[in-house]
Amino acid sequence: MKRQQFLAAAALFATATLGFSGAASAQEVVKIPCVCELSGAGAVSGTNYRDGARMAVDEINAAGGILGRKIVMTDMDTQTDPQTSRALVQKAIDSGAYAIMGTVYSGSTIVNMMVAQRAGIVQMTGSEAPNITERGNPYIFRTSSGAQKGVPALTAYFKDQLKVKKIAVEWVNNDFGKGGHDVFRKEMKRVGIDVVADVPSEQGQADFSADVSKIKNSGAQAVFVYLNEEEDARFLKEAKKQGLKVPLVGEVTLTGQKVIDLAGGAAEGAFAHVGLATSAPIPSIEKFVAKFKKRYGRDTDHNGIKGYIGIYAIKYATEMIGKFDSKALAKKLHGLTLDASKYPGMLLTTSWDQHGELSRESFMTEVKNGKQVVIGTVPAN
Amino acid sequence: MKRRLTPILLVVGLALLIVAPLGQTDYIKYILSSWLIFAIAAMGLNLTLGYAGQISLAQASFIGIGAYTTALLTLAGVPWIPSMLAAMAVSFLVGLALGFPALRVQGHFLAFVTLAFNTLFYLVARNEDWLTGGPYGLSGMPRPDFWLFDTNQNLPFYYFTLAVFVVAAALMWGIVRSPWGRAFKGLRENPIRAESLGVDTRRITLLAFAIGSAYGGLAGALISPLVQFINPDSFALVQSIRILLMVVVGGAGFFFGPLFGAAMVILLPEFLRFTEGYYLMIYASAVIVLMVFCPSGLIGAGQALRERFRPGHRVRGDMKQGSQL
Amino acid sequence: MSQFLQVFLSGLSTGSIYALAAIGFTLLWQAAQTVNFAQGEFVMLPAFFVLIGIHWLHLPLWLSLIFGLIVAVIVLGLLFKKVVVEPMLPNGGLPLIIATMALSILLKEGTKQFYGAEAQPFPNIFPQTTMTLDGAVISVQDIMNLVVSLGVVVGLTLFLNRTRTGRCMQATAQNPEVAEILGVNVKRMVLYTFLVNAALAALASFLISPIYLAKFSNGETLGLVAFIAAIVGGFNQIRGALVGGLLIGVLDNLTATYVTTEYRAALPLVMLIVIILWRPQGLLGTSEGRQV
Repeated sequence: MKRQQFLAAAALFATATLGFSGAASAQEVVKIPCVCELSGAGAVSGTNYRDGARMAVDEINAAGGILGRKIVMTDMDTQTDPQTSRALVQKAIDSGAYAIMGTVYSGSTIVNMMVAQRAGIVQMTGSEAPNITERGNPYIFRTSSGAQKGVPALTAYFKDQLKVKKIAVEWVNNDFGKGGHDVFRKEMKRVGIDVVADVPSEQGQADFSADVSKIKNSGAQAVFVYLNEEEDARFLKEAKKQGLKVPLVGEVTLTGQKVIDLAGGAAEGAFAHVGLATSAPIPSIEKFVAKFKKRYGRDTDHNGIKGYIGIYAIKYATEMIGKFDSKALAKKLHGLTLDASKYPGMLLTTSWDQHGELSRESFMTEVKNGKQVVIGTVPAN
Repeated sequence: MKRRLTPILLVVGLALLIVAPLGQTDYIKYILSSWLIFAIAAMGLNLTLGYAGQISLAQASFIGIGAYTTALLTLAGVPWIPSMLAAMAVSFLVGLALGFPALRVQGHFLAFVTLAFNTLFYLVARNEDWLTGGPYGLSGMPRPDFWLFDTNQNLPFYYFTLAVFVVAAALMWGIVRSPWGRAFKGLRENPIRAESLGVDTRRITLLAFAIGSAYGGLAGALISPLVQFINPDSFALVQSIRILLMVVVGGAGFFFGPLFGAAMVILLPEFLRFTEGYYLMIYASAVIVLMVFCPSGLIGAGQALRERFRPGHRVRGDMKQGSQL
Repeated sequence: MSQFLQVFLSGLSTGSIYALAAIGFTLLWQAAQTVNFAQGEFVMLPAFFVLIGIHWLHLPLWLSLIFGLIVAVIVLGLLFKKVVVEPMLPNGGLPLIIATMALSILLKEGTKQFYGAEAQPFPNIFPQTTMTLDGAVISVQDIMNLVVSLGVVVGLTLFLNRTRTGRCMQATAQNPEVAEILGVNVKRMVLYTFLVNAALAALASFLISPIYLAKFSNGETLGLVAFIAAIVGGFNQIRGALVGGLLIGVLDNLTATYVTTEYRAALPLVMLIVIILWRPQGLLGTSEGRQV
């Protein structure tokens, strides 16, 4: 029996080693693999990110590629698992990547960006957790503002517009939610707004009655909601049921079309600050959203835009340096501003600072008649 | 003949493991290391399940206990070897504490208790920021450096993992073949008879579970420096189920079963990449089919296959099974 | 006080849905001695059958629900029994448990591949009317959740105790060999149990999805809760599973409101461990024999 096990192991190994032998990279293409969440908890975000990027890739290739080379984008599914994502970024680099798209979930990005940093490969992440750009990694670049920029954009709204003294926060207890929550607490402390209810919830939680009831009884004059889409919808439904009357204000997701559909009317009147609103009354974005819908037969969330502009940013910056050099690309992107009128693929004028943090104008939105409506613009900071 | 062949095959197998990463990309070296680490964890669970016949759904949490212990100690400047020993000791003790009450009652109760425990572990790891870093986890654990042998690159790290694996496997071999280990086996085959022969069933089962847990801790002690990042999600209940599937698919109760089972889960996705999103569905269907036709796992299937051939064809039968993986 | 009432009543409503899933769980345990690790997916899936009825077949809601129920009973009852469980019975308990784990992955991934990873809205079955009781808001949905699950328990208990088929099912669960000798068609009785389980899972699915939404990964949470409810309440009693489900629904909310939100999910788990140590047969379980 032992012998047989060993022979089987040997056979397995022989096939394993043969199967792994790498393929030579062709000269006339440029590889930009997309390492993102195509399954698991992050599948929705990751898939939109990938599809947005894929659209940009096809457009660029149809127009002759980058510096005459066609882009090849391979999908690598991290299954929303940080360890897998790390391995896949390694794999992307081994395969001769010029730059890497993804990941979207912060918990993954924080792990795999170390690998890309070691190899000196530019990485366009869709993550929004503050700590991503705080590690001094010169190769990581955001495609949307981090929570440390997004949440403070709301501070003025709470303080000056709603004039609240007491506020509650409802957040999902994972790395994404905690990132937003921690920035929010700091901001509220800075401007002297009292956080009277601090309610974490579980991912996949079914019953939000305790959460809403706690907030209702806390005397909060507004609620900051920092959850994923499904939880947003469940929370909104429960808030409507219990008659929670104070303004519900979110960052990014709360007024998204998905949440509006899921909450079935309960989202009416909710506010949110969004870095990239698919509903923004801006021709370039409207055109993008229509193109996306036409191609994939569904609506995208902001992640689709993130993936799209990520690819275009690589293209424009590469054409500026005139060669395929990832280190030079990183250097070029730091402090770069891409004007949307000159670089239409960016959709909106976008700049990156020395940490890869992104800045562009953002929007305040409200749900009116079952649609996300932009009610104000927050200038780039 | 068999007795003379075994050492030769051991050497061949080891030689294969030694040459496997040579000339491969960093990614493959990483995957191979991760395969060996999961094989260690599965080996531990195999002792609990395959030899002592108890289902445990907490192996991921023991890996987690090992990983967090190692991470905290090495981040505090303790060298890897004492950290690893501490990781194993903590896992062993937690295993004892958890198994002792659960094994008072027969049936699937260890499975229930371990299932609850794994989820509790996840909650504690996520909520106790001061210790575990909460949902952000811990990162930047140093890789072990043994004076002349620095494991910072993936190739030396693979050999380091391989060395640990070989030692762990040798120890396990000793355990299984000791009078103690025979007691495990007797227990699985016929608990009443084992008891009537004077074997203290409960103590033996408990020890099997605790040792299996310590192997989980050892795997955790290796994951920590391999990934250099840990967070609670890596040790959730689904991971325990994944490891349980490894053991059963490989062949519970067979010494080399876990190695195959881990290969199925860790290495096979590489070959089935062309199936894209369907990989997990294919894997799940394959497991169901395997459970219908050959509940003893891949090695059991290999044996059944061998019995169909005459002795002269034995080798080919094995090869065939290997290439089917 | 109104806060207590609010979270208590909401907990009862959610808990009654957990109970439906937990009852099915105990039924399978008794009939096939298996722990169905795919039970959560059994609750996740029927909602998608209904959505197929609505969006693909363009059926009205009530017909889609019937369609969903029938498909669920066929797929999760009949096919599950014939294709997965039956061929495995001679192999003993462990392979079957492992197979249900694999089945849970298969159903989850399959749903994702064929219907998408995004959560889907699910139509309301009951009117969205709410009423206020001493400051606590209760919806018609909440009341109906409770009514349906209590009705199921009463109906099922009557069926098992008062009808010939029901008594045959009980005999089969208690001692298949003796039942066989007494002329009970054991195979058929076991099949009935699987069909009942599928129907209960479908019911739970229809009740929870208007709020919980339909998503491929929903089974992960629901399965775990049903599992805990079944063990806490007592693996061999239908009313045990009901009590277990209600208890978890209520305790979860009370913990979150008054003790800790971070560890709200921990209490049922601690309870499970304590109960196994103190009363392995569960709160309402009896140490010997099985009811069904």
